[in-house]
Amino acid sequence: MATAAATVIGTVPAAPPEASPARRALRRLVRRRGAMVGLALVVFFVLMAILAPWISPHDPLATSWSMVRKAPSAGYWFGTDEIGRDVLSRVIWGARASLLAGVVSVCISLLVGVPVGLVAGYLGRWPDMIISRIADAMLACPFLILAIALAAFLGPSLTNAMIAIGIAATPVFIRLTRAQVLAVKVEDYVEAARAVGNSHLRIALRHILPNVVAPLIVQATLAIAAAIIAEASLSFLGLGQQPPAPSWGSMLNTAKNYVENAPWMAVWPGVSIFLLVLSFNLLGDGLRDALDPRHG
Amino acid sequence: MTLTARAIRFCLALVLAAMLPNAYAQVLRIGLAEDPDVLDPTLARTFVGRVVFAGLCDKLVDIDEHLKIVPQLATSWQWSADNKTLTMKIRPGVTFHDGEKLDAEAVKYNIERHKTMAGSNRKGELALVTSVDVVDPLTVRLNLSKPFAPLLAQLADRAGMMVSPKAAKAEGDKFGAHPVCSGPFKFVERVAQDRIVLERFANYWDKGAIHFDKVIYLPIVDSTVRLANLKSGQLDLIERVAPSDMAQVKSDSKLKSAAIVELGYQGLTINVGKSGEAQKNPLGKDPRVREALELALDRDAIVQVAMDGEAVPGNQWVSPDNTWYVKSHPIPKRNVARAKQLLAQAGVPNPSFTLMTPTTSDAQRVAQVVQAMAKDAGFDVKIQSTEFSTSLNMADKGDFEAYVLAWSGRADPDGNVFSHLACKQPINYAGYCNADFDKDLADSRTTSDAAQREKFFTDAVDHEAKDRPIIYLYHRKWLWAFTNKITGFRVVPDGMIRLQGLKG
Amino acid sequence: MSRFLVRRLAAIVPTLFFVSILIFGLQQLLPGDPAIAMAGEERDPSVIAYLRGKFHLDEPLPVRYGYWLKGVLHGDLGDSVRIQRPVTELIVEKLPVTIELALLAMAIALTIGITAGIVSAVFKNSPLDYAANVFALWGLSTPNFWLGILLILLFAVKLGWLPASGYVSPFEDLKQNLASMIMPAFVLGNAFAAVLMRHTRSAMLQVLSSDYVRTARAKGLDERVVVLRHALRNALTPVITLGALGLGELLSGAVLTEQVFSIPGFGKLIVDAVFNRDYSVVQGVVLFTATVYLSLNLLADIAYFLVNPRMRT
Repeated sequence: MATAAATVIGTVPAAPPEASPARRALRRLVRRRGAMVGLALVVFFVLMAILAPWISPHDPLATSWSMVRKAPSAGYWFGTDEIGRDVLSRVIWGARASLLAGVVSVCISLLVGVPVGLVAGYLGRWPDMIISRIADAMLACPFLILAIALAAFLGPSLTNAMIAIGIAATPVFIRLTRAQVLAVKVEDYVEAARAVGNSHLRIALRHILPNVVAPLIVQATLAIAAAIIAEASLSFLGLGQQPPAPSWGSMLNTAKNYVENAPWMAVWPGVSIFLLVLSFNLLGDGLRDALDPRHG
Repeated sequence: MTLTARAIRFCLALVLAAMLPNAYAQVLRIGLAEDPDVLDPTLARTFVGRVVFAGLCDKLVDIDEHLKIVPQLATSWQWSADNKTLTMKIRPGVTFHDGEKLDAEAVKYNIERHKTMAGSNRKGELALVTSVDVVDPLTVRLNLSKPFAPLLAQLADRAGMMVSPKAAKAEGDKFGAHPVCSGPFKFVERVAQDRIVLERFANYWDKGAIHFDKVIYLPIVDSTVRLANLKSGQLDLIERVAPSDMAQVKSDSKLKSAAIVELGYQGLTINVGKSGEAQKNPLGKDPRVREALELALDRDAIVQVAMDGEAVPGNQWVSPDNTWYVKSHPIPKRNVARAKQLLAQAGVPNPSFTLMTPTTSDAQRVAQVVQAMAKDAGFDVKIQSTEFSTSLNMADKGDFEAYVLAWSGRADPDGNVFSHLACKQPINYAGYCNADFDKDLADSRTTSDAAQREKFFTDAVDHEAKDRPIIYLYHRKWLWAFTNKITGFRVVPDGMIRLQGLKG
Repeated sequence: MSRFLVRRLAAIVPTLFFVSILIFGLQQLLPGDPAIAMAGEERDPSVIAYLRGKFHLDEPLPVRYGYWLKGVLHGDLGDSVRIQRPVTELIVEKLPVTIELALLAMAIALTIGITAGIVSAVFKNSPLDYAANVFALWGLSTPNFWLGILLILLFAVKLGWLPASGYVSPFEDLKQNLASMIMPAFVLGNAFAAVLMRHTRSAMLQVLSSDYVRTARAKGLDERVVVLRHALRNALTPVITLGALGLGELLSGAVLTEQVFSIPGFGKLIVDAVFNRDYSVVQGVVLFTATVYLSLNLLADIAYFLVNPRMRT
């Protein structure tokens, strides 16, 4: 590749400044259209959630006995629900619950899973064996069952659903972190750092962790998507956000009884979940492509 | 013979066979709202199990549309003068599905089984029956320790169901897996959570009334899916149609529907004395606050919004169209001004309480409507959604302030109030204990004379209306939907699907 | 090889042990007394006492675990409190149903996922890639219970082509069985199709940029031959092993799908059991599922090992 340059007569153009790996990844990400669409949608929903008090036309909790299950109209763009509340306002406010459910659950998984995975991978032997067995045990139980049992134990509420999903999703991050640590642990520069006398903690934080970050970001993004669906599933079973507070999952749970009479109650929350989850999936896929040069 | 000739002969044979009567079994497919529990009348505890028993196990007596006791396995009965002995005559010639005779000995065996079997859920119902005597092969005498008017109503339900003693003795506590009774259909198979299959019992005593060869009960929990099955033709009859679906059932020309007000109720049970919680909250402590809460509610609107009109507003443990309803206590109208006045008098203009609400969709809707209405009077209602199993536990411990609780209902009014509001009864979650009230209920049990019982119940309602340990909201309607081929469906307030007379 | 096998087999036992403790412990923490939940509307105190005695509910936790473990080692997973039948019987009854559902879903997932993955990789960054991406992803992005209800409304109620719910044994009526399974299998397989698509795509991309494919292209071979004969075979190996593991994922999804379509399988059994505090059923079914999942894991590892002897950990 460098051979071509040698045959050029005249001024040798100065070589462009070496872009950092992060910069290069970012550029690759921007080029992938799917990821950009995903990012745009995510931003849209986040803004919707933040600006809810200002953009929603009605109070999401305001009931109206005369407006029960009315079809979409000028005053109520998405129609009304089973006790006369505006569906559009509830969808807008519901973005908060769904986004929270997705993000907080994954934060819990990360906060617990990454350190545990680091410990397992770095220390090896007994700690690794025990941690791996526990992680395997958790993974061997169907994810939703674990989440249901945890949520039932904690009691039906959005917070408890987030905790339940977070805990149920932790083993994936333990495994992922551990695998990355094992791969990086044997690299030369880590050996060199040990030789120089760096403490374990310093090595873990400065050398190993940065290499783990990339796949973790990808996995986290995809996990957020799965967590949002998990919250909707738990709400379907009556274990997530409880009425009257709006959340797309619990709105679907109520709407399932009225799919023929009042389809708008099910359509809009369903579409919203679909779009939000799709956007996180697209973003996650794009990040994976961007951060792993083999796929670029 | 040529191939063609053979083929023609074969086809002719088929056509002839098809034209023969009973060539195709008449199958009735019924969609249930839940999967029944164990099919043993002694151990059974769910409403939906009783629906299956209606086809499988006959009882000593039955109730009709007007809640009158009518004969089934017993043809006549007589109370003694002191009301402590009930003599019943058994229908002659009845056999169980396994051929065993149903006589007085069998009845005695069954009553004793209900009373003594480990894990029996009928002990409370038959608590006052001390012994059973066999007077002659077709006459049995039940001896009670005290007069107990509701006994006949109990015998119209699981406590009166008769199983084959031979099978019961052989199977022990595994009887529920292969029940042998004497109903119009006998047990064929059961796949848990999938289906219960029964087939016609050839020697049923009322076989003229049975027009199906096979009945299959299919539990389908989701009401939308249950209705979808009915519409697509896979079911012939479904129970507990969702109130919001009734409009489309009525407008569908291929379907018919039936409805009747239930025997039970939906209400708010308030912790007035079950535990220390009661005294900590103004709602539990002060009857004026409870009165204010009741006045803040518009029961008609609750019925309209939460139940799509498929319920009847109520304020007593029986519905207003029930003969036992006490007319001197009509349903109070909404009066927010008065409610605010009462709260001011009680010194708590903005009381706050937690409403424990099971996660069923009915309860959730009711709770939200109550929350919104009560807010107008100044109440701050916090809805605490609790999984049903957990809510029972918490109610049992008294760990609640108010509880959205429904009761499935019993034919005799005593069954709707005694266990709930008499002192120290197992399901008296409110913790209500009023000696005069208890005496009224006890007295109402001692006589079968309706006028006298009416007096006692009136007095009891007086107490309940003043103290309000339970604020009764409404009485749901049992809603059934079936294909328009089905005729002869009997609507009885107990919600059972009776197969006698049903044609399709 | 044999040492590897023995090590992996040995690892399964402590994992199962942890699984059993995890689920047992979790259940005991569930609020709600199963005896009260089981005792019926009337809550007769004598019945509650009887149930507490029968299911050892008053004994300390380790003792109860001991009773259960002893039973398990004898092949007895206890009785369902609610239906009063042995858990093993319930498992044997429901297993074929969920297996059939899972296999059908897997078939659908493999078809959609692998095709989409190949298309996406071969026509990378083109509209086809994007479309295939979204098509496979929508399965992962839609709550399956919602999709299920919509499909029921469309195909069963409005069009009447398929039965709304329920299950007929294939031995009884194969056509009816397939008719009742196709919607739930589709709903269930959708999500996994996305996972398979991703993996197929990345494996294909990796292989397509590898040396021997470049060689094949340089040799002037037709692109189709390159893709189908050389790239695909190598790309599919990890994907197939993933397929085996996917059965575990499918069971998770089956929980809600079975609920919506009223299919009497494992998923429905477990959900009902958790809500009814039917401990024995939950423990027994989860233990069984975990065993199957771990065994499949082991088989997948062996397969991978056989295909690629360079793998050592």
